[in-house]
Amino acid sequence: MHLEVTKLHKQFDTPKGPLVALKDINLHVETGEFVCAVGASGSGKSTLLRLIAGLEAPTAGQITVDGQPIVGPGADRGMVFQSYTLYPWMTVQQNVEFGLKLQRMPSGERREQASHYLSVVGLTQFAQSLPKELSGGMKQRVAIARALANHPKILLMDEPFGALDVQTKETMQQFLLGLWQRLGISILMITHDVGEAVFLSQRIYVMTARPGTIRQEMSIALSDPGSASDEPRLYSVRRTPKFYHYCEEIMDLLRESGAPAGV
Amino acid sequence: MTVTTPAKSQSLTGAPYRTLKPTLFWAIAEAIPRRLSWSLMVLSVVVPLSLWWILSGTGFVDSRFLPTPTMVIQAGIGLWQDGHLLGDVLASFLRVSAGFLLAAIVAVPLGIAMGAFASIRSMLEPIIGIVRYMPAPAFIPLLIIYLGLGEEPKIMLIFMGTVFFNTLMIMDAVKFVPKELIETTYTLGGDRLQVLFRVITPYVVPNILDTFRINMAASWNLVVVAELVAADGGLGKRIQIAQKFFQTDDIFACLIVLGLIGFLIDLSLQAVLRLTCKWAV
Repeated sequence: MHLEVTKLHKQFDTPKGPLVALKDINLHVETGEFVCAVGASGSGKSTLLRLIAGLEAPTAGQITVDGQPIVGPGADRGMVFQSYTLYPWMTVQQNVEFGLKLQRMPSGERREQASHYLSVVGLTQFAQSLPKELSGGMKQRVAIARALANHPKILLMDEPFGALDVQTKETMQQFLLGLWQRLGISILMITHDVGEAVFLSQRIYVMTARPGTIRQEMSIALSDPGSASDEPRLYSVRRTPKFYHYCEEIMDLLRESGAPAGV
Repeated sequence: MTVTTPAKSQSLTGAPYRTLKPTLFWAIAEAIPRRLSWSLMVLSVVVPLSLWWILSGTGFVDSRFLPTPTMVIQAGIGLWQDGHLLGDVLASFLRVSAGFLLAAIVAVPLGIAMGAFASIRSMLEPIIGIVRYMPAPAFIPLLIIYLGLGEEPKIMLIFMGTVFFNTLMIMDAVKFVPKELIETTYTLGGDRLQVLFRVITPYVVPNILDTFRINMAASWNLVVVAELVAADGGLGKRIQIAQKFFQTDDIFACLIVLGLIGFLIDLSLQAVLRLTCKWAV
């Protein structure tokens, strides 16, 4: 998997005239990489993800997955939204199966696949529950399982933990990191939470607003105190000077451009 | 500095701070205790009934104009025993069912299509917006000219009188399907047909049932109007005959039956909603 975004422009026609949402965006995500785009609201980061998902068409520029240009939304790019997007009339199991059903996979195979991913996200015992019976964090785990069940080439996440409380958010970040390390999936995540981006990703694109541009690309190399750099990352890494340093660097970039962001 | 800070904090007007007083009965958007709720519900039926009893039973109102509840019950029993009541209820019920079913068959797909596709909405909304303001009963003379005096004009009237409201209300419900839910379906590999039939349609089923509940009342209005004008049977016809012979007790009996039928239909549609859409209740 190789996602390549080249010279991407997006302009919206509003009653007040044209609005440039994204200007000259170049980025890439390699196989198995965890990449975050971080920026304040108005930096066009959600628009960027929607373009990659194929939900909107670019004004200019190109997006390719494995060299193939994107023409519309498809099952090769799984998407997890900030708002809870479970189908309320379906059970958790049915929700996870739904993508496979849409692609006409036979029901036996479908059930097996969905059950596997439900166990991956640790929700097997809630298979027969309705979404309204789940907490926010659980709903997002179902949404992740549903996207993964499709075996997408890349997982696109639009502030997936933005609506969760702080404690749940921490748990979910740790959970997502574990999932990424276990499954070797490629993830492109959008967030305004600098700490979240630094904690999760290997590479960060810092975006600034009006028009949305990529201010800087940063590689993140964090390791836990006293462990080899390839060990699973733990939450304690957030208390290391290195972590603070990365956060401050990004915050400075965001401040310079006059766009406030929160950690 | 012109802003002074009083030693004791006080409101800007100098008057005491306003605080909300506790209440049970007037609490806005809050539940009331079960017992209070039940008592008020009982009163809601008992008070009008007693008032009726007092007004008619004491002779305060001439019982030829306002028959007593006993007289009305007896009239109802009489209508039942001579077989009129069941026949009339069935006649009206069948007309309503046929007309409303036709309206539903047209309104559900049309409403969903109008809600989902802005193109179809632009195409149909203006004309529906005009036609729905033409009172359906105003079409009765035309319907009689076109379709005669049989069942067809009555069924057609009910159809015409409910199809547009059903369509527009279902259309509005579709507009409230979260866009993210539709977009999620695309990113899961779904196409537009699948979005229409597997996402939008199931999502609005509870709204469709609610729409039917509301518009069912209109179809009973219309069937009575049609029967008052011309019919062989039906509750409207029975009321018209009773008027001819000054049998106000029969009229009251028919009115109460109409109310009860509507209430029962409403309860059963609610039950259908609870049984089929557990996720929405």
